[in-house]
Amino acid sequence: MNNIFVYCEITEERTVADVSLELLSKARKLAEELKCQLEAIVISDKVEGLEETLYPYGVDIINYAQDSRLFPYQTLPHFSIVTRLLKEKDAQICLFGATSIGRDLAPRVASFLRCGLTADCTSLEIGSHQDKKENKTYENLLYQIRPAFGGNIIATIINPETRPQMATVREGVMKKEIYDASHKGCVNMLDIEKYVSDSDFCIKVISREIEAQKINIKNSQIVVVGGYGMASGKDGFGLIHELAKVLGGEVGATRAAVDAGLAEHERQVGQTGVTIRPKLCISCGVSGAVQHRAGMDQSSKIISINTDPKAPINAIADYTIIGDAFEIIPKLIKHYKANTK
Amino acid sequence: MSLKIVVLAKQVPDTRNVGKDAMTEEGTVNRAALPAIFNPEDLNALEMALRIKDTVGDAEICVLTMGPSRAAEIIRDSLYRGADCGYVISDRKVAGSDTLATSYTISQGVKKLGKVDLVLAGRQAIDGDTAQVGPQVAEKLNIPQITYAEEVLSVDKDKICIKRRLERGVEVVESKYPCLVTVHGSAAECRFPIAKRVMKYKNALSEAEAAEAGKDCAKVWAERPYLKIGQWSAADINAEDSRLGLSGSPTKVKKIENVVLAAKESVNVENTDEGLDALVKELISSHIIG
Repeated sequence: MNNIFVYCEITEERTVADVSLELLSKARKLAEELKCQLEAIVISDKVEGLEETLYPYGVDIINYAQDSRLFPYQTLPHFSIVTRLLKEKDAQICLFGATSIGRDLAPRVASFLRCGLTADCTSLEIGSHQDKKENKTYENLLYQIRPAFGGNIIATIINPETRPQMATVREGVMKKEIYDASHKGCVNMLDIEKYVSDSDFCIKVISREIEAQKINIKNSQIVVVGGYGMASGKDGFGLIHELAKVLGGEVGATRAAVDAGLAEHERQVGQTGVTIRPKLCISCGVSGAVQHRAGMDQSSKIISINTDPKAPINAIADYTIIGDAFEIIPKLIKHYKANTK
Repeated sequence: MSLKIVVLAKQVPDTRNVGKDAMTEEGTVNRAALPAIFNPEDLNALEMALRIKDTVGDAEICVLTMGPSRAAEIIRDSLYRGADCGYVISDRKVAGSDTLATSYTISQGVKKLGKVDLVLAGRQAIDGDTAQVGPQVAEKLNIPQITYAEEVLSVDKDKICIKRRLERGVEVVESKYPCLVTVHGSAAECRFPIAKRVMKYKNALSEAEAAEAGKDCAKVWAERPYLKIGQWSAADINAEDSRLGLSGSPTKVKKIENVVLAAKESVNVENTDEGLDALVKELISSHIIG
């Protein structure tokens, strides 16, 4: 009991959304630290086979709610199921994606359960808290860390008294990581009649037009951009993809790199591509033509890796590393892994 | 039967236009230098309410806000743009409210207004970007919610049909009354203040504003009641003190770290193991990667 729960979003293709897998990866680590189990909540019209996706992320219990009326997502039926389940199981922590669905559902759930909810967390940690006024110490609280006030401050939020401790996290913020490919859990099939009532379906969905999930580097908080300088390597953008994956980010490219066939057009950053404003943009082998810079110069932090100290990109970079990206990227990955294990 | 619409609005510091003088020497935000504005998406919500009134004809629009006495400014602005009346919930007891305490307070205010058909609110406020208060007010009122509304496709005395803007597409839904709608920034922009209405309402004041300005408005208000902006205390909205302000807020701020915005200056990182390791450590400690 007192487990960690993750509300898993189901895509149009009836797969588990990436943001939910990212949350499960993080929640698994929190569960280890708290020595509790990890539970997934899956609400949809078809749930068969999702165990194969979920177990490797370290899920111990999958709570399935299946009914033809439960897809597409609607607030009230999902709200009724989630609140009843969290109450029944006395959940310690519950995480949601900061998506159209999560930001619609989580606040309503928190309001009903009268517990705290922190939106758009960028980091989640476990820690203690001393309330000097009350002379009380709280152990194993969830630190919900998020930027606030236009990104000018970083706040650590806690909910000392109320349970579950709730938070939403945007897609791409946490890293998606398989916990153990052979991990197995169990399924708890919910009896729908006990969780939803007909009045929960009072809003009529008239029509929907939802695009399939595709490459979308705009929403990523970390973008690793490769330029034409990466064309000289034998596996092209292989290292760029590896660095992006390790950091939990997306891959972007310059026009020259896209034209050379190193990346898909959807990844093109710049005047004729997309404009990105991530927390971190790592430009590898990018000279920095003005058309490219226009699409990325609003990134909060820019790191440039380039053999040419005079490359124009260096003028707008916060950090420049002069050298061969093919040597530097593997080193960055190595140091990142060493510092975050 | 007249359609009763409540628009929830908030006065916020303008975090979008953080100019040079808005930063202190230490590189932190100088809140006093930021102007207070009508939260942008709440203006979209007001416009949606005005369009619904244009369509159905018989409707009353009431704007409700919570904040210090100066928050009456956005009520006046709403009156200029076409709202029929407005109330400010103002009480020291509500200071330090998180979204849960805020939504409790607001929902008590909505209840005070009697039978309401539609509650409209901006999706989120720019000073917090949480988008939580709308759905939480809906829960407290025990009515359905329609979030991220972009356009009202049809509206009549019994039901409303709304196009929602989602991350990867659109959805059209229909609801009976009462319901709460949060309005997305992609919805129509709010119409400008109307000169005639500005003339009519420019002297509208709340009790607190009148007191601060040392004006005795008793006679004016008796003759022209529309010039009195409603003001409610926690007691007026029958709120339980334990659910207000800090004591009603389950979330506590443990720690605040200022992000120092230094001038853009390029740091040359040594292409060595030590240099790269230091860079990675710095990025992790400043929450950029993790």
